[in-house]
Amino acid sequence: MTRPSVAGDRTSGAANPLVDYLLRIADDRLVLGHRLSEWCGHGPILEEDIALSNMALDLIGAASALLALAGTVEGKGRDADALAFFRDETAYRNALLVEQPNGDFAVTIVRQFLFDAYSVLQLDALSRCGHADLAAIAAKSLKEDKYHLRHSSDWMLKLGDGTPESHARTQRALDTLWRYTDELFVPDAVDHATAALGVSIDLDAIRAQWHQLVADVVGRATLTLPASTVRATGGRSGRHTEHLGHMLAEMQIVARSHPGATW
Amino acid sequence: MTADSQWPLWEVFTQGSKGLPFAHAGSVHAVDAENALLNARDVYARRGEAVNLWVVPSSAIVASAPSDAGPFFDPGNDKAYRHPQFYKVPRGVVVF
Amino acid sequence: MANTTTAPHDDPALVAAFEARIAAGESIEPKDWMPERYRRQLTRMMSQHAHSEIVGMLPEGNWITRAPSLRRKLSLIAKVQDEAGHGLYIYCGTETLGVDRHELVNQLLDGKAKYSSIFNYPTLSFSDVGVIGWLVDGAAIVNQTILAKTSYGPYARAMIRICKEENFHKRQGFELCAHLAKGTPAQQAMVQESLNRFWWPSLMMFGPSDTDSPNSGELLRWKVKRKTNDELRQRFVNLTVPQVQALGLTLPDPDLTFDEATGNWTFGAIDWDEFQQVISGNGPCNHERLAARRKAHNDGEWVRAAATAYAAKRASASTEAA
Repeated sequence: MTRPSVAGDRTSGAANPLVDYLLRIADDRLVLGHRLSEWCGHGPILEEDIALSNMALDLIGAASALLALAGTVEGKGRDADALAFFRDETAYRNALLVEQPNGDFAVTIVRQFLFDAYSVLQLDALSRCGHADLAAIAAKSLKEDKYHLRHSSDWMLKLGDGTPESHARTQRALDTLWRYTDELFVPDAVDHATAALGVSIDLDAIRAQWHQLVADVVGRATLTLPASTVRATGGRSGRHTEHLGHMLAEMQIVARSHPGATW
Repeated sequence: MTADSQWPLWEVFTQGSKGLPFAHAGSVHAVDAENALLNARDVYARRGEAVNLWVVPSSAIVASAPSDAGPFFDPGNDKAYRHPQFYKVPRGVVVF
Repeated sequence: MANTTTAPHDDPALVAAFEARIAAGESIEPKDWMPERYRRQLTRMMSQHAHSEIVGMLPEGNWITRAPSLRRKLSLIAKVQDEAGHGLYIYCGTETLGVDRHELVNQLLDGKAKYSSIFNYPTLSFSDVGVIGWLVDGAAIVNQTILAKTSYGPYARAMIRICKEENFHKRQGFELCAHLAKGTPAQQAMVQESLNRFWWPSLMMFGPSDTDSPNSGELLRWKVKRKTNDELRQRFVNLTVPQVQALGLTLPDPDLTFDEATGNWTFGAIDWDEFQQVISGNGPCNHERLAARRKAHNDGEWVRAAATAYAAKRASASTEAA
């Protein structure tokens, strides 16, 4: 009598690497957009409340288009809503950076700035990639994210070089969030597999450009780039911080309470 | 009540599409020109209502006083010769 | 714009000229002479309106993070964001009357200012988002289309912009309710329950009955208001009842009947005691609403101060460089 084998795969990725790849790009934007939407009605000044909502709308809009595309490529009949509301946290593929809670306004701005700087470089490269639908979505989002970067860079300067309190809060946020930035640039099996399909971006080049851009703004904001080399990764393979589960519990509660219903 | 940092007021002018004149849309609070421009964009152009924006510190706007209305504007009302309709053109002539 | 010049004590000749302008249907602009009472009444009305938009972000904002589809999530964020915009436009209008926004915001946070009673009711299910869009924004549109003809230019202009945007709010609300009314039994029950909870508070939104509305006479004479509270309330009921019927829903009013003679839907007695309780600060959510606004304001102070400090440093740096 033989025992059943318990030796499974090391990873639990989707069968089609392109689906995984699209989910990463989509989930970054859905999760960050959701975080920004938590500010709606609670911003530091009316004008900024409106600005944060605008960015949330852009990001969730891009996520919707990307999730729809992921569902089509997957071919199992899952639409954008099915992917957003009926996947558990371990099936989410966003980077850890974007799921971090809003904290104070400094945490929100630093998180946004670090992501925006990455996003404009990533989308610029993707807008020229070999997958027409993805390239089209990237080109549209790129315009939006360039504006986001202008907005978050401006706030980096204002907070970093504002008052001693704002400087301290912003430096603290930068120090805390820095550990989550490395993950954005580490290629893995999914990146290698999609490269064969004509969908790949040079993450090393993007890392160098990102670093230059971030260092420039951080310097002008009179802040200091963290020296720490502590790295937290795992989001791309579904190993998240505990924050994501709580966010999704709230986000998915109504949809999951009414299985089969449409809205 | 805690301390309250009030930002200055800026007037926002939007151009609806290329070639049209700029028109006053409203105002926003902002600390500097970049901040005013970004806020104006988010508040007054979020439905694609504008292709161009001007922002001006409200304190820089000089307005005519209501008491000046007579001397300022009435004299413009009786200068019929400033309008093309004042001039007759012979029948059948195409005016360019 | 710089503060308007202080109005002299209301000179009867100026008042007469002002009232003649109003009667001729002219619009009043910020720097025009106006009676002090007119300025005060407008400031009061516009600030209440602006506060209502800002506090009004909270009940619906309560469901942004739980909206059950991406489409609903986007439209809800856009809607709540519009309310921030509307508040902002109207505060700008009060600034043309020489009143700073932060002065009015402080009155709100200190609990001294009024805002629409409806926003002191809790949102307890997702369908409340639909019912608020449909009834509350519907009621607001009835009010605001009339206000777009108000005599004060900046208010009228803000209102025209707002009405255009508000139509999307009502449409998305009604669409959601219509969708739920044809949905699963649970969705149907959900929307009916929301409607039951929000119907009477929606009627109260139009304010006290004409027999009990202290400011109405003057406001109507100056064409700040163009219709009475009761006229607007009746118009709203007449418009809404057929919509409720079309969705196959019911209204929680056994006295609701159609009056053939007047063409009006007559409705039961409004609980004015409840209304008084809510506007005097004792509604179900007054405390939470103001606490949320105060928290946002207080938490934001270091941010506003930082931006101010930054701008001051840049300004002095550029003066030194020059």
